[in-house]
Amino acid sequence: MFLVLAITVGVLFTCGLYLMMRRSLWKLILGLLLLSHGANLAVFVSSGLTRSPAPLVAVGESAPPDGAADPLPQALVLTAIVIGFAVVSFTAVLVRRATHAVASDDPDRMRSTDT
Amino acid sequence: MTMLPVLPILIPLLAAAACLLSWRSVLWQRVASTIGAAGLLGSAVALLVAADRRDIVAVQVGSWSAPFGITLVADRFSAVMVLLAGTMGLLVCLFSLFEATRRDIHRGFFPLLLILLAGVCGAFLTGDLFNLYVWFEVLLIASFVLLGLVGGRANIEGAVKYVALNLVGSMLFLTATGVMYGVTKTLNMADLHGALIEVQSQNPTLVLTLAATFAVAFALKAALFPLFFWLPASYHVPPAAVCAVFAALLTKVGVYALVRVFTLIFPDAEPVLWVILILAAVTMVSGVLGAVTQYEFKRILAWHSISQVGYIVAGVGLLAVPHPNVQALGLAATIVFLVHHGTIKPALFLVAGLVKWREGTTELKQLGGLASATPWLAALFLLAALSLAGLPPSSGFWAKLVVLRALVVAQEWWVLAAALAAGLLTLMSMMKIWNEAFWKDRPTDEAARGLEGDRALTNPHRIPKAFAAPVVALIVLVTAIGLWPQPLLGYADRAAAQLLNPSAYVEAVGAPPRESSTTPGDVSSIILDVEELQR
Repeated sequence: MFLVLAITVGVLFTCGLYLMMRRSLWKLILGLLLLSHGANLAVFVSSGLTRSPAPLVAVGESAPPDGAADPLPQALVLTAIVIGFAVVSFTAVLVRRATHAVASDDPDRMRSTDT
Repeated sequence: MTMLPVLPILIPLLAAAACLLSWRSVLWQRVASTIGAAGLLGSAVALLVAADRRDIVAVQVGSWSAPFGITLVADRFSAVMVLLAGTMGLLVCLFSLFEATRRDIHRGFFPLLLILLAGVCGAFLTGDLFNLYVWFEVLLIASFVLLGLVGGRANIEGAVKYVALNLVGSMLFLTATGVMYGVTKTLNMADLHGALIEVQSQNPTLVLTLAATFAVAFALKAALFPLFFWLPASYHVPPAAVCAVFAALLTKVGVYALVRVFTLIFPDAEPVLWVILILAAVTMVSGVLGAVTQYEFKRILAWHSISQVGYIVAGVGLLAVPHPNVQALGLAATIVFLVHHGTIKPALFLVAGLVKWREGTTELKQLGGLASATPWLAALFLLAALSLAGLPPSSGFWAKLVVLRALVVAQEWWVLAAALAAGLLTLMSMMKIWNEAFWKDRPTDEAARGLEGDRALTNPHRIPKAFAAPVVALIVLVTAIGLWPQPLLGYADRAAAQLLNPSAYVEAVGAPPRESSTTPGDVSSIILDVEELQR
């Protein structure tokens, strides 16, 4: 299972980078989305995949039971998903304005600030 | 006193909230942001004094002890970077009181500026790798919006390139952070110190890959060759105040992260550091060559930013030399150059802003005669430009001197040659701006004055005194550093010595001593993951 998820992360990164390098700003957004999913998945599986009890502290105890799942990657990935969502939404709005300003979604036409 | 490292993050955020609450009132937004920026500077000064006197100030947010909670740490290096952010924040805020139009303010210029400052200070102060990622995103989002705020085709185009490339860097950083957690089961930077030694003995390739991934992610933020292409595409488009704060702080955050990661976390990443050193030399030359071909004030400055990042990162690359003396000299050079460049480049951008205010354009071919029309502006530019080129007696001379001294001691002759060549070319392109904008006669031919880009004004505006005051203050500061460099040089030496002795940092944060935690099985399953990601 770990191998399958690892390969999935690789595929997400490959597709994301491929889409970002296409000559279309809409594909750029999709590419960013895939990249961010790939990174999130990598964080999520970083502590391994185990069938463990939830890390809940029982009443009267001071620590979760032995062998409980590691809650940190889930907390991290939740933060990362929220950030990724916000960033991609912003990019979508920006790209919409850009395609209006340039009247094209081809990045090759956006050269006025290049050198 | 113990809450000191929280203040540089909290004050700008509170001021931003105050600005948002007084959204309709331009006056209140101006007042609140000025107070916030001044408060940030005050807390930064207090933090620097405390960090220099008591070595390292650490706070566990919410009293969760070290490897579990979020730690804020201010050592000497962090403190001086926060002070840089505070100084630039206040001066840029004062400059923006005039430059930012009502429309910009109604679109949220001041809250964004303050959030950017809070994000930068958070990145400088955090002691947790994932938290560093979060602060990176905070400052990136604020900078994205600031860049596109004014509207217009150039701004939007610049913003698209900047956003796309920086987000790729963020994703790399996030992935590397995830792998790091998988390998070490911790993300607290103090706790990570020494955590990789055992992993490295079992699986050196994994640690090297991890170091390289972090290096690429941070080098992209720092605009190192060949990852700098977002910078010249976007730095010159926003208003001068935004350019100034970007030039002062954004690339610096990347360099800061490089220094932090390679002094604290990776014990032995020599191959990566050699690559960084070589790339630093290439960055110096390619940046300055880019600048030589330009004919627009702010574009020239943006390309010089790249070249100067090369000088800054060269000191980090010298960590590859396994000799503590060379490493200390290199890091001290990096810190001095960070402070020098973080003050001089904003000064030049603000001068460009004053020129734009007066003439309506920054195209060098349309400008001219400024030396006789506004001698004081010419004097300000000349002081700043000579400092950037590294002529004595200016802060640039000392900054370049310490970099060159470190390179001589390390006997890195090729990098030294690149640094000297880039210095000459810097002088040349500064002289180009001087000749074109200040010295030659004002072009009278109407066609020449409005061919491309912004059209030059026929009747120049007067520059109000209060508008120029922050620029004057900044250039006085830079000149003062040049005339009286000892405090900065001494401080940089102390900060570098502290960076090279991370045990004090670990002790101040209070992370528990390390015991072996990763099993070989874990490591081999992670390596598959890494190879997948690198493809």
